[in-house]
Parts: sequence; C-alpha cells; structure tokens
Amino acid sequence: MTAAAPLEDAGRERTPCIDSRYTVPGMRCAGCIGKIERGLAAVPGVAAARVNFSAKRVAVSHVPDLTETDILHAIEALGFEAQLLTDNPLAQDPGETRDLLRALAVAGFGTMNIMLLSVSVWSGAGGVTRDLFHWLSALIAIPVIAYSGRPFFASAAMALRYRRTNMDVPISIGVLLATGLSLYETATGGPHAYFDGAVMLLFFLLAGRVLDGMMRDRAREGISALLKRSAPGAMIVQPDGSTRWTDARAIVPGMAMLVAAGDGLAADGIVETGRSSFDLSMLTGESDPQTAGPGDVALAGTVNLSSPITVRVTRAGDDTSIADIARLMDEAGQHRSTYVRIADRAAQFYAPAVHSLALAAFVGWMLAGVGVHQALLIAVAVLIITCPCALGLAVPAAQVVAAGALMKHGVLIKDGSALERLAEADHAVCDKTGTLTMGSPRPVALDRLSATQKSVALALAQASRHPISVALAGALGGEGVVPADVAEIVENAGEGLCGRWGATTVALTRPREATAALATRLTIGDSAVDLALVDPLRPDVAAMLAALKHLGIDAEILSGDRPRAVAKVAEQFGLPYRAGARPADKVARIEALAGQGRKVLMIGDGLNDGPALAAAHVSMAPGSASDVGQQAADAVFTSASLLPVALAVKVARRTMRIVRQNFALAIGYNVIAVPLALAGLVTPLIAAIAMSGSSLIVVGNALRLVRAAR
Amino acid sequence: MSGLALLIPVALGMGLAGLAAFFWAMRSGQFEDPEGSAQRILIDDDDDGDEKG
Repeated sequence: MTAAAPLEDAGRERTPCIDSRYTVPGMRCAGCIGKIERGLAAVPGVAAARVNFSAKRVAVSHVPDLTETDILHAIEALGFEAQLLTDNPLAQDPGETRDLLRALAVAGFGTMNIMLLSVSVWSGAGGVTRDLFHWLSALIAIPVIAYSGRPFFASAAMALRYRRTNMDVPISIGVLLATGLSLYETATGGPHAYFDGAVMLLFFLLAGRVLDGMMRDRAREGISALLKRSAPGAMIVQPDGSTRWTDARAIVPGMAMLVAAGDGLAADGIVETGRSSFDLSMLTGESDPQTAGPGDVALAGTVNLSSPITVRVTRAGDDTSIADIARLMDEAGQHRSTYVRIADRAAQFYAPAVHSLALAAFVGWMLAGVGVHQALLIAVAVLIITCPCALGLAVPAAQVVAAGALMKHGVLIKDGSALERLAEADHAVCDKTGTLTMGSPRPVALDRLSATQKSVALALAQASRHPISVALAGALGGEGVVPADVAEIVENAGEGLCGRWGATTVALTRPREATAALATRLTIGDSAVDLALVDPLRPDVAAMLAALKHLGIDAEILSGDRPRAVAKVAEQFGLPYRAGARPADKVARIEALAGQGRKVLMIGDGLNDGPALAAAHVSMAPGSASDVGQQAADAVFTSASLLPVALAVKVARRTMRIVRQNFALAIGYNVIAVPLALAGLVTPLIAAIAMSGSSLIVVGNALRLVRAAR
Repeated sequence: MSGLALLIPVALGMGLAGLAAFFWAMRSGQFEDPEGSAQRILIDDDDDGDEKG
C-alpha cells in the first residue's frame, strides 16, 4: 500500500517471529511504557514489544527460541510483575461492539446528509426541487438502513421466530414501514417523506447499543487482566525418564506428573513418590493445608506447597474434580439466562400497545373516510413518534455512566443486566475464607520474639512455600530482619522445617496441641515458643454489613471451612452461618433461599464458590479470587476493603431510579406526542424535533449518575 | 439550481470522506489504546527506539 511496506519486509526476513501477550498490571505512567518497550526491545531475540496501556498488556513479537518464561523474567527484571496471557475466556466476541460502531458511523453519516436535504424541504422547497431531494434522501437512506438496521432486524427476526417480542420488533416494523411509505411518497411526488426520521431513529438506538457493548468490553478487559494462569499443564515423565511440558488437554490417565513445590495440579491423581502438603483453599475453602504422601489422592486445582512429588494421573480433563465444579456451575448458571432485562420487560407491554395504537389510528381514519394513503401516513407517524428511541437509550446511558463511576472506585460490573439484578438483591450470602478474610494468614504478636528468634525464624520460613512460612517470612522480612545463617534445612511435609544453626538444632514445626487457629512452634535448642497466625478479616467488614443492613439486606455466612473456624467469625459479627458446605451444598442453600422468594447476592472467591456464584441472583468476587470465581461473578471489586460491595448495591439502586425516571419521561413525552400523531398533526419536522429532544433529555438525566459513587 | 448540482455532491463527498476516515482509523487500531496514546506523548524518545520513524 505505502512506501513503508517493502522496508518492513526487508527487516523481518530472518526468522518468522511468534507473538505472545503478557498482562502487566503495575503500569502506571508514560515512563513505564517507555521502560518496558525499550527494555524488551533490547533483549536478544525480541523483534518488537508494544504496550497497550488501556488494557495493561504487552504484546511481544519474538523468535521461537526465546521461551515465554524468558520474557517473563525479562519483564520482571525491568521491575514489573507480569503474567502470561492465555486465550481470554471472557472475550468471546470482541468484534460485536466494533460492528455496532461501524453501523453507528454509517447511520450518523446518513442522518447528517438526509437532514441537510430535509431542512431545505421543511423550509419550503417545493415542486421539482422537493422531489429531487426526496429521491436523493431515498438514495442515501436505503443502503444506510439496510446496513445499520441489521442488528435490529436480526434480533427482531430471532424473537419472532421464538414467538416472543422484544424492543427490536416495534423498531424494525416502524423503520421498515416508514421507509416503504416514504418511498411510495417519493415515487408519487407526495409532500411527506420520513427518511430522516427512520435513519435518525437507528442512529440514536445504535448509540445506546454501542454504549452497552463498550461497558461490557471494558469490564471484561479489566477482569481478564486480573486472571492468573491456572495450571494449564504439567511436566510429564516420558518413557525414557526425561520430562516434558504437556498441555492439560493432552494429559491422560496413567501418565506420571512431576509437580514442583508451588505449582498447581493440572489433573487428579495419586501421589507416587514424595510427601507434601497441599493448599486446598481454592477447592474447598479450608484454610489449613493438608498433607498427602504416597497412596493419597491429590486433586486438580490444589497447589503443592512443600516439596516436589510425582503424581500418577487417575482422572484428567473433563473428569477431574475441577471439571465437576465447572459442570455444576454450568447447570447453576442456566436459570440466570432466563432473566429478562428491564428494557425488554417494558417492551413486552410497550410493543403491543404501540402496534394496536397505530392500527387503531389506521382503522379510525379509514372509517373517517380519508383514504388508504392518508390513513397509512398517520399510522406511520404514530409508529415513528412512539418508537422507543428514548427507551432504547434510557437504560444503557444510565447503566454506562453508573458502571464508569463504579469502575473509578474499583468495582468492575460485567454488564447492564448485572446492575439491574444487583439493585434487586435483598439477601447477602458471604463465603468466609478469602472473602470476609484476606485468604492468607498473618502472624500475630511477633514482638514477643527476641531478635535472635526472629532471624532464625526468617531463615527457616524462607525455605518453604507453606502458607504459614510464607506469611512469617513476609512479616519478618517486612520488619527488616536479617535471616540467620541456618544450614541443612529439611522440610517434612505435615510436620515442618528443621535445620542447624551453628551447633544448635532449630525447627519450625506444628504446635503440640492442635487448635482451631493456625499456629507454629519455633524451637531453638531446648527453648520453644508458639506463634499464632490469623487469617485477618478484610477491612471494613462491619461497616459493609452495617451498610447492607441499612439498604435492607440481611447477610449470612456459607463456608466450606470447618465449623469452629467459621463460628468464630460469625459470632464476631452476629451473623447466622453454615459451615463445611461443599459446592453442591452451597448451590442448594442458594436455591432454597431463592425458593423463599429472596434475591440472593452471593459474595465469594474460591473455585468451590463458582457454582454458587453462578446460581445466585447476582454475585460479586474480590480481585484476589480464583479465575473461576471471577468469571462466574457479575462484578469484581479490586480493593482489599469490602465496602465497594455496599457501594455497588447503592449505585445500582440509584441507577434503577434514574432508569425509571427516564421511563417516566419517555411515557410523558408519548402522552403529549401520541394525541398529536393520532390527530394527524405530526409532520416529519415535528417527529424529528420530538425524537432528538426526548433522547437528549434522557441522556442528560443519566449523566447525573457521574457522581453517584461519591 | 445549477449550484445544487455542485454543492450536493460536495456535501456527500465530504461526508463519505469522513466516514472512510473513521473506518480507516478503526481498522488501523487507532482506538485500541486511547489511554496509552495520551501517555505516549510524554515519553521523550530521543533515540527513536521502537517506532519505525
């Protein structure tokens, strides 16, 4: 196309490059863009790196020899945390909004040009000039309507095929009738052509659809940037004894996987060699890790914490325990797709009313004896004037503004229907681990330790990935403690760590008596000290519960953790609770509540909450949640605090108030305009003014939500 | 009337040019990263590293 093309080809002749994408949530400014792009371009083997700042992503084009792990390390060396982006499961059809935007641009072009011609007709052009302008309008309008009207015609045809009606049915009938009649008018040299009205209608309605689509895309991009890469494969031991990385989909029962400490399991299996502890919190909600040795079952979705193990795969792919949860989630989510959005609910009454009104106008004027042509003209005027222009804009405009305001406060709403359902919630069900609590333990009363004890504890804790060790190392490292020189550290799964510090034996082990709380015992020579750890509550739990109560929403706890651990939290806030619930139990509880007519707001994070999140009327998940949790939830809040939950409900309710006001405005406008149309007084000029006027008022009212989240 | 024969094609042509420009901008990814474009102007790119310039 341009002169630059051959140059580009010459530069990339060497080896074909492959592309990979990474999410870098830590990008904040222009400096970060420059640093990452220049830093990566300097890495040998990288052909080009391009940052997408809006999506917080980097696309890297590199030679196949350079692995993705190398690039991840390169980005980390530049001082940014990065994760490899796999295919985004949320962005199924990113092209939908683009198509709508194209249709909007075409409709905008048509509206402007037809309006240009119409204005001169309205201001008195007559005779040949008027006919010429009508023909020109028709020439522009017909291709524009054929192109821009497709989304509406397709949706209306779909609805009619299933013998339902939605907003798009009256729109399509109105537009098609108006166009047909205007063509007839033009051919017979009549005075009134409604091409401008029909195209303008499409323009306003498409604006509403584009807003709706943009909101959905923006939230999905935001959430997919938070998604982690969850064990998409494993190192499989080959027949010749070597190991090779195998994709999770290619793993079959009978294979042996080598799982390093800190890695997630990609398939269910039985431990063959090694002994390690497993973090089950994402799968069951249990906060205490469990130990497994040879012969014990290890499940996909859990994380191996302490030492490398070999696992003989028993169930892979669609048979794993995770896949069971996914299936449960699919089933649970099905009833939700039957939710009818408020605009379509309104259309159920609106469409028949409009159609009978237009029909009545036609029959009435026929009986009055004005002739088929005149009666049809009035009927079309009624259809155009009542077309749900403001209605189609009323809902998306308010929802987009509200979602934008919430996004600034760290709440990502997936779509407009989520806001509608959030406003209806009247009962909250919270998970405990990871939702009411942070999901990771922190040591308490570290001050009781002497400086020596601290440095020995840090040296031991650093060597392990057990949550207790990680928490201890994090807390002590944060205090600036220097680790002691401990040698020969050995980790025994289920027992703890021991090592040698000079001539003294030191150990970090399980406390002697099992308690409900997490604890560890530090032994240096003969002296021992017990350290308690707690999974701290998220900030503002009480404030959030109070705010929900104020909104008329009762809360309860539904956790997979042991009753003792749940009871402690529940008593602190005076909430009813259920403990030890498996994913299916959670769904059952939610369905029981729904059976009592409650609209349940589920707040959860883990894999085990997935089905419940999908089954609830509406659901929210914290940004620290599992991928499954974030995908199943209607909204994700990225802060540590829980206050955004109450804020989101409050904003959702205000949004619905604005939407109802907008409906009232639209109805009020119809009350004035419809009698005029019925009386045959509406000319194309009046229709155009009424239509744009009512749309502007509705959008203006929606803009009041900009400050809703304050 | 003869003025119209000139003005109407001009008006239509300008509208079509605008539409074509918008489509071209969409195809060439001008709207992919609006925040990034706003930030990039602040990078002082003396060495002209990654851009093809």
